[in-house]
Amino acid sequence: MTVEDPAPVQPAPPATATPPNAPIPHLELKAVLLLAFVGALIVGFIAYVMVARGFFEQTQTLVLLSDDSEGVLVGMDLTFSGFPVGRVSRIDLDANGKVRIIIDVPSKDAKWLRTSSIFTMEKGVVGDTKIRAFSGVLTDPPLPPGAERTVLRGDSSSEIPRLMATARTLLENVERITAADSSLNTSFGNLQNITGNLSTSLAGKHGVLGTLLGGDANAKRVIAALDQTNALLAKADQRVFGDKGVMNDTQASIQQLNGLLQDARTSLKKVDDVLAEAQATAVEYKGVAVQAQGVASEARGVVANIKTGTTDLGLLRTEVDASLRKINSMVDELNRKWPFAREAQPIKLP
Amino acid sequence: MASGSSLDKANQFTPGRLGRAMFVWLADWQRVFMFGAMALVMIAAPATYDATNRASIARHVYLTTWRILPWFTLLAGLVSWVLIRVVLVTALHYGLAKFALELVVKVLVLEVIPLFAALYVATRNALLTRVEVSNIYLPTDLDVLGGAATDRIRDELVPRVIAYGFSVLTMMVVSGFITLLLAYLSVYGFSRWGLPEFERSVGQAFDSVAAWSFAIKLAFYSMAVAVIPIAASLNTTASAAELASRLQPGTARLLISLFVIEALSLAVRFL
Repeated sequence: MTVEDPAPVQPAPPATATPPNAPIPHLELKAVLLLAFVGALIVGFIAYVMVARGFFEQTQTLVLLSDDSEGVLVGMDLTFSGFPVGRVSRIDLDANGKVRIIIDVPSKDAKWLRTSSIFTMEKGVVGDTKIRAFSGVLTDPPLPPGAERTVLRGDSSSEIPRLMATARTLLENVERITAADSSLNTSFGNLQNITGNLSTSLAGKHGVLGTLLGGDANAKRVIAALDQTNALLAKADQRVFGDKGVMNDTQASIQQLNGLLQDARTSLKKVDDVLAEAQATAVEYKGVAVQAQGVASEARGVVANIKTGTTDLGLLRTEVDASLRKINSMVDELNRKWPFAREAQPIKLP
Repeated sequence: MASGSSLDKANQFTPGRLGRAMFVWLADWQRVFMFGAMALVMIAAPATYDATNRASIARHVYLTTWRILPWFTLLAGLVSWVLIRVVLVTALHYGLAKFALELVVKVLVLEVIPLFAALYVATRNALLTRVEVSNIYLPTDLDVLGGAATDRIRDELVPRVIAYGFSVLTMMVVSGFITLLLAYLSVYGFSRWGLPEFERSVGQAFDSVAAWSFAIKLAFYSMAVAVIPIAASLNTTASAAELASRLQPGTARLLISLFVIEALSLAVRFL
């Protein structure tokens, strides 16, 4: 059995799915499709990034003035109620060394910023800086383009030194209060003496009172004063609330006053009645007066009628007079006629 | 023992040996830049796009891009999905969910995925160049080009340069698109209400410096993958050891170039 020499290792031919010169169906079409696809993707991607960067948006400028630009980056948002309404486009220093933060606000979001809006820049201990806008009165005039506003800074990390200083002062005060020679400690010592005296005097004749008033004699005097006061109170009680005390008299007087008031009320009621009657009478008189007025107006009408009748009577009288004269003349004529003629009376002369 | 010591002596870095290595290194890079410049001039020349060459370019575009695009898309989607999940879960874990989307766009779309695409095209296509061009008669000295030699380069190599460059560009754009899509779906699901916020995050990630450095990086990646392996294959002064090796010449140079481009891009953006 012989060992065969191993065959020399030959490099393997390239493993390609398509042989180099094999025809590929629709080759040019596929290449063109691929080119178009990639071209469209690139153009679409560029357009999308431009839209996302706000390249096609109409914007207005807002300038925020601050004394520190720490934490502010180009591209960061200005938020209103948590929604981004603008983007920092540039940060620079003005001639006075103030920081000018130039913010591009899209026109569609500019309505949220008013002339009364307040801008704050907050920097937390952890996390990035935030620029916020607060518009309390949305009916105020809109913020004009290019407006400059001072931004209010709230830096929680800058509060830490102040907090530390306050805490140190507080701790020093506590230390001073609790020191061995402090007033609080002395007060506690005095209190301890008092409680010691109290516990001693509790066993004494006058108890705590002796300690409080500085001796048994004073305590005795106070007790005597209290006894006298008690006696005085007993007498006062007798005089005020006793059988013939002030209170009884007062009560009787009040009862009398009540009776008087009752009488006065009755009298007043009567006066009321009288007044009511007088009012009724007055009303009647008023009615009578109205009637009298009616009668007077009727009488005036009658007088007018009488006046008219009088005029008529004058005419009638004239006519009657004329008729009577005619009748008279006719009777005279008849008398002159025969046989009615009377004997002529001879004229007798004197 | 004696042969061992002579071998050690042969491997020692003497000044003469170092100088020679330096000379070879410089010559290699000179060849890369020469060939790259020549290829760029030919790509810009209308004469390159005659009927025969158009068919050749189409064929190479088909072989280097069309054929690998579906598998690459699948792979890019898978890799992106895993990385997006890692970033999202980590960000949520540290309570930084609102930065997750921007982080995904900045790290994946702008940095990792383009490098992945360039490496994929390099290993799948460009590093097989030697096998493909070994049977082609090519001019050996680029310094004395002209006439038939130039035509040879235009007909045989420029279509490959165009195809490789286009392939890198396509893979980067497609994988970037896939990553953005998957990032949106991972964060917002199929809701359209996340679009404004997503748009803002993309806008913030693609600031002017990032956008320009991304575009320039894409161009350099494409050129590196397209030019370096082919230029290395033209080296006729290679040593016997290099010729015996089955590794594509210029592999190390290509990988180093890609990482240097990436490092420069990061330096421009973050330094």
